[in-house]
Amino acid sequence: MRILGHKVSLSAQIGIAIVLINLFVALFAPVISPFDQVTPLGDAWADPSAQHWLGLDDLGRDILSRLIYGARMSIGLALIITALSFLLGVVSGFAAAVAGGWVDQALSRLVDLLLSMPTLIFAFVVLSVLGSALPVLIFTIAILDSTKVFRLARSVAINIVSLEFVEAARLRGEGWWWIVTREVLPNAIPPLTAEFGLRFCFTFLFIAALSFLGLGVQPPAADWGSMVKDYRDMINFGSAAPLYPAAAIAILTIGVNFIVDWMLSIHSRGQGEGA
Amino acid sequence: MSQESRGAVRSKDDTVVLDIQGMRVIVRTDLGEGPVLVDDVSLTLKRGEVIGLIGESGAGKSTIGLASMGYTRRDCHIVGGAIVFGDKDIRAIGPDERRELRGPKIAYIAQSAAASFNPAHTLMEQVCEASIKHGVLSREAARAEAIGLFRQLDLPSPETIGSRYPHQVSGGQLQRVMAAMAMVAKPDMLIFDEPTTALDVTTQVECLAAFRKLIREHGTAALYITHDLAVVAQIADQIVVLRGGKMVEFGDSWQILLAPKEEYTRRLVSERVAGHDFVDANVAAEVPILAVDHVSADYPGKPKVIDDVSLAVRKGDTVAVVGESGSGKSTLARVVTGLLPRVEGDVRFHGASLPPRLKNRAKEQLRRVQMIYQMPDVALNPQHTLLETIGRPIAFYFNRSRQDVRARVAELLRQMDLPESFITRKTSELSGGQKQRVSIARALAAEPDLIICDEVTSALDQLVGEEILRLLKRLQDELGVAYLFITHDLGTVKRIANKVVVMLKGKVVASGDTAAVFSPPYHPYTELLLSSVPEMRPDWLDEVLAARAAGAATTSALLRAP
Repeated sequence: MRILGHKVSLSAQIGIAIVLINLFVALFAPVISPFDQVTPLGDAWADPSAQHWLGLDDLGRDILSRLIYGARMSIGLALIITALSFLLGVVSGFAAAVAGGWVDQALSRLVDLLLSMPTLIFAFVVLSVLGSALPVLIFTIAILDSTKVFRLARSVAINIVSLEFVEAARLRGEGWWWIVTREVLPNAIPPLTAEFGLRFCFTFLFIAALSFLGLGVQPPAADWGSMVKDYRDMINFGSAAPLYPAAAIAILTIGVNFIVDWMLSIHSRGQGEGA
Repeated sequence: MSQESRGAVRSKDDTVVLDIQGMRVIVRTDLGEGPVLVDDVSLTLKRGEVIGLIGESGAGKSTIGLASMGYTRRDCHIVGGAIVFGDKDIRAIGPDERRELRGPKIAYIAQSAAASFNPAHTLMEQVCEASIKHGVLSREAARAEAIGLFRQLDLPSPETIGSRYPHQVSGGQLQRVMAAMAMVAKPDMLIFDEPTTALDVTTQVECLAAFRKLIREHGTAALYITHDLAVVAQIADQIVVLRGGKMVEFGDSWQILLAPKEEYTRRLVSERVAGHDFVDANVAAEVPILAVDHVSADYPGKPKVIDDVSLAVRKGDTVAVVGESGSGKSTLARVVTGLLPRVEGDVRFHGASLPPRLKNRAKEQLRRVQMIYQMPDVALNPQHTLLETIGRPIAFYFNRSRQDVRARVAELLRQMDLPESFITRKTSELSGGQKQRVSIARALAAEPDLIICDEVTSALDQLVGEEILRLLKRLQDELGVAYLFITHDLGTVKRIANKVVVMLKGKVVASGDTAAVFSPPYHPYTELLLSSVPEMRPDWLDEVLAARAAGAATTSALLRAP
């Protein structure tokens, strides 16, 4: 198998398959899921049956359906947050690199300030004060994440800005918008794509952690992190219930990492060294 | 001068050090077999003998050099032939045995000494490390040996230079320290991989002389890899001319230089010999296009990089700015373009003063001065097509419609002798010479009065560089554009410039018509530069060294002078 002229390794193929399946499930959750995610359908902790493949949960809801809807919530949230953090981080990082001077100083020190606080604690404080409504959750994590994107985008852009084709554009009299979007961005795409995959994983795990701690997605909506939290006691009674969402988190993370590794290996493959 | 001491190093006996028969190296990746890098190359190196490997980039010279140590770059594989070093077949022995050979028996001297030294350790530690590690010498013996070598290589204060760090010595000195590092363990064979290519001409002479002395005194065999025939002529007994991984010609240095048999060798030789006549001065217009008037500039907090520099470029002129690295010639270009604001003096364009800063200049002022860079690889955005690259100045300055831009780009490509079908290609898909043509087309697209050429041929192969120079000359005849030509290569200057400005340490030491500056009476620095350009005669280096010994100027002496 080849994508864009590059041979796709076996692990990358597995990763792509995992991500595609997850995306499919997330997109078509209402169609695929056998039951509604919030309606009680029987006894609490009913065993798996022909009707309810993974059994019922503490409130008698179908675990499989909650897992499917959870995919939608977890993956959707992580995608939105990662995209937002990239928008913020790349724009500010490129601006810092291209403008330089005090713009760079101001943005970099602001980012240092945000980075100096432990992310989870900072998110705790903000979410406890402002509440865990979805927009608050999205913006909090996106802003925190964008600091890391900023650092990468800035360093990538600084390397590109020092190249002579950017100087040539400056000498031509081009404005910063042209330089950022036409000269720098196309050359920064490969490292940023790989970073997008990694950041998606981190965001996804971060939401799971927040939900597990009760500050993420609020009930009755299902997401994988809060499902692990809600079902975790049942492991003591021999139920596999908490393992399903945990496995889903693990598998998707591994899948995405497989793809990222492959993209990084393409990127790092030298352009040839000349004679 | 006796035949023995003349030119190249004479072989001393007939012991074969390295015997390569039918070497073949190919690229092989997980996608299958790639191109053949070295194809059926055979050579025999005897004790005390130097063989020069010469060719353009992609000729396989470095690959042969590395393969003779049994080493290849990533994804390259030696797939055929025998490489016998001493009595061992390098391909047959195991990796541990090969490692035992490298360092004590075979040593390698790379092009960039600066990149090959660890900045965190002193020179002495690094020079002695390999021989101590291999158990060839004790620490004290290695130190004593190193100091002896420093002295042989004419390094300043040989006893103490070893305690310095790599950044504390100059590029030419570092290159010689690297030669000392290679020699400490007294190897049977040295591999020089373009060791003087990154150096200034005056420094190159010193290094060449030191290397040759070293090889002669120790009777070591050597492979000398370079793209410069005149350099290899000074040091090699025999020369292998390579092209595309194949041997084109193999013979005695004298024979290759004076009576080359193959057409390709003849072209290489003739390009260096040709064109030593001066270009006619063009008609002088009244107001110069560019007048640089007593300009000084510095980087904040540093001493002046250029100091009281004046020059004038008139219509149809090619003004060359020559000097060694650090002379301020590139800074001068930055001041003219406004990237670095001047602190004193004036830069006038068609008689009107240009604002010191780029951002204060009008679009029209920017359009009329264009620039071509040294490294075509980084001067063009690799993600853009030729249409975008060349078309952008047309759209930006002249506001033309899409069809007009495309038609004009096609016209420019024709002018550059590039096929029109390239218009949709990305710049990263082109060769170095083609990229440089695109750079020229991009500059011309703005229809400038003046083009600043910053070392435009020095990153290109010799023959390709010649074509670019011819193209620039033709365009000047057709369009009347003026060039400010920044270069360290005096051969280029003589061929294309009608005026020349010689810079030393930020100051102009000589200027005027090329013919006047380059004929006696010279300024001593001009004379030094001129005499340092290698010539295609194996006895050139001896003559230069003899002249120097008799009291001709050296850079250090000139720098010390007030």
